[in-house]
Amino acid sequence: MKRKQRNGYLLAGGILAGFLAAVILLGLFWTPYDPAAMSVGPKLAGPSLLHPMGTDNFGRDILSRVMQGAGTTCTIALATVAIGAVAGTLIGALTGYFGGLVDEVLMRVGDALTAFPSILLALVVISLLGPGKKYNVVVALGLVFIPSFARVTRTAFASLRDVNYVKSARLMGASPWRILVVHMLPNTTSVLLPALTIGFNNAVLAEASMSFLGIGVTPPDASLGYMLSEAQSMLTTAPWYAVATGGTIVLLVFSVGLLGEGLQRRDKGVA
Amino acid sequence: MKKHLMALLLLVSLLCTVLSGCGDGSAEQTPEDRAQANTINVGIAQDLDESLDPHKTVKAGTREVMFNVFEGLMKPTSNGDLTPAVAESYTVSDDHRTYTFTLREGVKFHNGDAVTAEDVIYSIQRCIAPAETGIVPVEAFSIITDIQALDERTVAITISEPSNEFISYLTTAILPADYDEQDTAPVGTGPFRFVSRTAQDSIVLEKFDEYWGTPANLDKVTFKIIENADSLLMSLQSGAIDLCAHLTSTQVAQLGEDFQIEEGTMNLVQALYLNNAVAPFDNELVRQALSYAVDKQGIIDLAFDGYGSPIGSSMYPAFGKYFDESLTDYYTYDVEKAKELLAQAGYPDGFDMTITVPSNYQPHMDTAEVLVQQLAAVGVRATIQPIEWESWISDVYTGRQFQSTVVGVDAANMTARALLERFTSTYGSNFINYNNAEYDQLFQQALATYDDAEQTALYKQMERNLTEHAANVYIQDLADLVAVRSGLEGVTFYPIYVLDLSSIRYTA
Amino acid sequence: MKYAAKRIAMLLVTMVIVSLLAFVAFDLISGDPATAMLGTAATPEKVAALRAELGLDRPLLVRYGEWLVGFFTGNLGISYSYGQPVWELISSKVLVTLVLSLMSFVLIVAVSIPLGLRSAVGGGKLEGVRDGVRTVINQLCMAVPPFFTGILLSWLFGTVLHWFIHGQFPGFAHDPLGSLGYLLFAAISLAIPRIAMTTRMLRGTIREELQKDYVRTAISRGNDRKGVLRRHVLKNSLVVTVTFLAQTMAEIVAGSIVVEQVFAIPGLGRMLVASISSRDYPTVQAIVVILAFWVVLAGTVADLINQRIDPRLRLGGRPV
Repeated sequence: MKRKQRNGYLLAGGILAGFLAAVILLGLFWTPYDPAAMSVGPKLAGPSLLHPMGTDNFGRDILSRVMQGAGTTCTIALATVAIGAVAGTLIGALTGYFGGLVDEVLMRVGDALTAFPSILLALVVISLLGPGKKYNVVVALGLVFIPSFARVTRTAFASLRDVNYVKSARLMGASPWRILVVHMLPNTTSVLLPALTIGFNNAVLAEASMSFLGIGVTPPDASLGYMLSEAQSMLTTAPWYAVATGGTIVLLVFSVGLLGEGLQRRDKGVA
Repeated sequence: MKKHLMALLLLVSLLCTVLSGCGDGSAEQTPEDRAQANTINVGIAQDLDESLDPHKTVKAGTREVMFNVFEGLMKPTSNGDLTPAVAESYTVSDDHRTYTFTLREGVKFHNGDAVTAEDVIYSIQRCIAPAETGIVPVEAFSIITDIQALDERTVAITISEPSNEFISYLTTAILPADYDEQDTAPVGTGPFRFVSRTAQDSIVLEKFDEYWGTPANLDKVTFKIIENADSLLMSLQSGAIDLCAHLTSTQVAQLGEDFQIEEGTMNLVQALYLNNAVAPFDNELVRQALSYAVDKQGIIDLAFDGYGSPIGSSMYPAFGKYFDESLTDYYTYDVEKAKELLAQAGYPDGFDMTITVPSNYQPHMDTAEVLVQQLAAVGVRATIQPIEWESWISDVYTGRQFQSTVVGVDAANMTARALLERFTSTYGSNFINYNNAEYDQLFQQALATYDDAEQTALYKQMERNLTEHAANVYIQDLADLVAVRSGLEGVTFYPIYVLDLSSIRYTA
Repeated sequence: MKYAAKRIAMLLVTMVIVSLLAFVAFDLISGDPATAMLGTAATPEKVAALRAELGLDRPLLVRYGEWLVGFFTGNLGISYSYGQPVWELISSKVLVTLVLSLMSFVLIVAVSIPLGLRSAVGGGKLEGVRDGVRTVINQLCMAVPPFFTGILLSWLFGTVLHWFIHGQFPGFAHDPLGSLGYLLFAAISLAIPRIAMTTRMLRGTIREELQKDYVRTAISRGNDRKGVLRRHVLKNSLVVTVTFLAQTMAEIVAGSIVVEQVFAIPGLGRMLVASISSRDYPTVQAIVVILAFWVVLAGTVADLINQRIDPRLRLGGRPV
């Protein structure tokens, strides 16, 4: 009974995520219509056989745009998590292992970054890199995500510092670098893996919020967040637009959430 | 667990009903309350300037609101003429150099003082050579050589050279001379008086009972500042506000039958403004090619549901006599012709370009999105670069670091000069770097002419010059859609960016 | 006591970093206050003059030092956009945001702790199914973008049901109860995803604790289940929970910036967005410092509480 349950999350999440991934991959090569082409149908038409998700205010096919937008969103989220995880783990490992003043300073900076409004941070990034760049959102969000990854990994590394096999490695004269990468990193996956899935989901949602505040992906490129913030202004006249984009975000986050849930339960052996 | 959840939900919903039931009586919460109290709430999308002193006004949004509080010697009418306001009448000397104004009897400031000749002289001198920081000087006043009071109710202004536009600038607000709190508690002579302002929240105006002219119909008007467009719309629907101007056709479509929609014009020249000093837009052929490649009506239909008037130069239809309709179709939409011109200019395969757009102006963003599609048809690969309005001001408008931009340019007063002078080569805010000797010369001639017909003809030639050389890709004058709650009437449109509240009233 | 002193010193250091970060940010963001204030009337000469008047032509560290001195003498500066002392401008908004975030914090605690406990202890015949349903609902609640929850709630309760008038925030001075009612909806939309997360976290932590040997032993020895739960499991899970709730405060504050836009609430978050776009830096600076202080304070308080619960915790060795 319990065994079945924990496989259930992995399986359901896997199927859902796999399906979405397939659609996104397909969207890279083929979409029913050109996602940017206007007037392929009437403006703001409801779902029909020709346009299963309806059309938007420029008469663009929403399904095609959702396929492409989901790809953009995933790319942003993956890149954000990559930046956050790599830099965060690096910082977390160093501070967790060595401790001391560097640890103290970096953790304070991390606290400060966490408490700093991300909208202001995003504007700084945009001003530094120049407006309209696709990677602006990624850099800004990545910066925001570093402290949380650093904090998670730091605790894990700190707790491993005094474990026997690390001690023995140190006694045998292994370099700190080798200890960190070979002996400690593989043992932090139980903390890192769930952090990655949660991070991915937070990144998707954060991108949507950024788009809502008007700093995110630039048109005519569409991300799900951008489209949702556009759709909300047509909530009563074209509810399908919000349902299609919002629904896709929910599905995406939901499927990854299930995966994370499954992974965590498998690791902990707790149902 | 379900039972608990249900109980919790019930509790929350009960709490909500109780709490929301306890509105207080002092502020009029619902539209019905406001109708009873003969007052309305108006939604505006941005807060006003730091100072409410009309001589320091920078934002169009401030002018729009404070139009109801201030008046000049003259005041604009809804059909584009001027009518005497604080002045009762005026005469012009035979050499066209001395204007003699007779002040209207019984005009009072909101603080109860009567308007005197001294106040008029103070107000105009204040804008000639500002002593106080923050005052925006009126350029046209630089030709004033003398201003004096002939008696308590008569003021004579002498100018160095005849100018038939001078009178238009006398809409400059008349303020009491011995009052120094204009910044925070402004005092004027208009149909409404200023009551209070809460930063980032609201501005309250009240009917001025001692107004000299047709009194306002409403007793009180509260402007509510709601920056977020969707929130603005929801406030209309929920009943927090009764009137809101400058809505988009998409927004208007969301409103039910509780609202009437009045359609006017925004009085802006919306165009794809091209930086004439950078490649490839330093090439006239390229600019012309783009003008052929853009389908104005297509943009209006696609992005604006058909609301909007196509234009062909830096002038919009509400300006009446200065507007040259024939320029609108000077470049008829023609993809082949555009490609031909591009090839001729040395870009047979098109080029890449960036369109910088202030991201908080949805109409301009929408226009740019359609433009990208239309330009793609002739091989021009455009990308949109959204930036904040404040960055637009510093980077594009004053810094001139841009390739092309979609914005709307407005006129601060009702003169053709306000729209056309900005493209003369030496003008400080000629942000597109237009540099055309003939254009500059035409402008000098127009300034020097006193004959109205001749001057109008010269201005029209300037417009034609802009069109022929394709200074910009002109698109439209945006429609101004105003939503008014049913039961209210009297929205009046002006050829400048103002919202006249005095004519608005509750029916029956 | 020494711990507390050190923790408060850490708080101060973090706040200095935050305020300095904000100052550096203003210098980096394009579009300066002078140009923003002059608008289309800006010319290079006027901009330069205004910059000098505002003191923006002086080096960054000088300006920062001056601000710091002002801050400690109770002077937050004068707003560029309103010419009023910043504190006068934001004092009423501080209260609104404070109430909003406290409200949603209370909601989170009040709802998720019983839910989390119940789901952790669980048991019974249909436990497997119930757990599945709970997990799915939980994940769904976390999957909706917060601003969208806000829009839906605001549309449902404001436009359709008319339980509150969107855009008509009464203000605490006029009508404290009505204001609370208005904020409640925003607080709920802030709370929903965090309730799901907190419930899930609680459940996970308690379950983990329950699996530990000492609990099993205690129960198998015949100690009553509830007693063990209360004495050991809850106490040990508390440290993690307190830390988690402190982080929740940070997310509530970040979320309030968005939610205040959606519900047209005149709070700090909305003021922050508006002041950033008008480049009203003295106001932005003050708001950033206040919001950050709120977040950092929550973290500090959490650490202090945790140290009370479990005095073995050292500084820097706090669990995440």
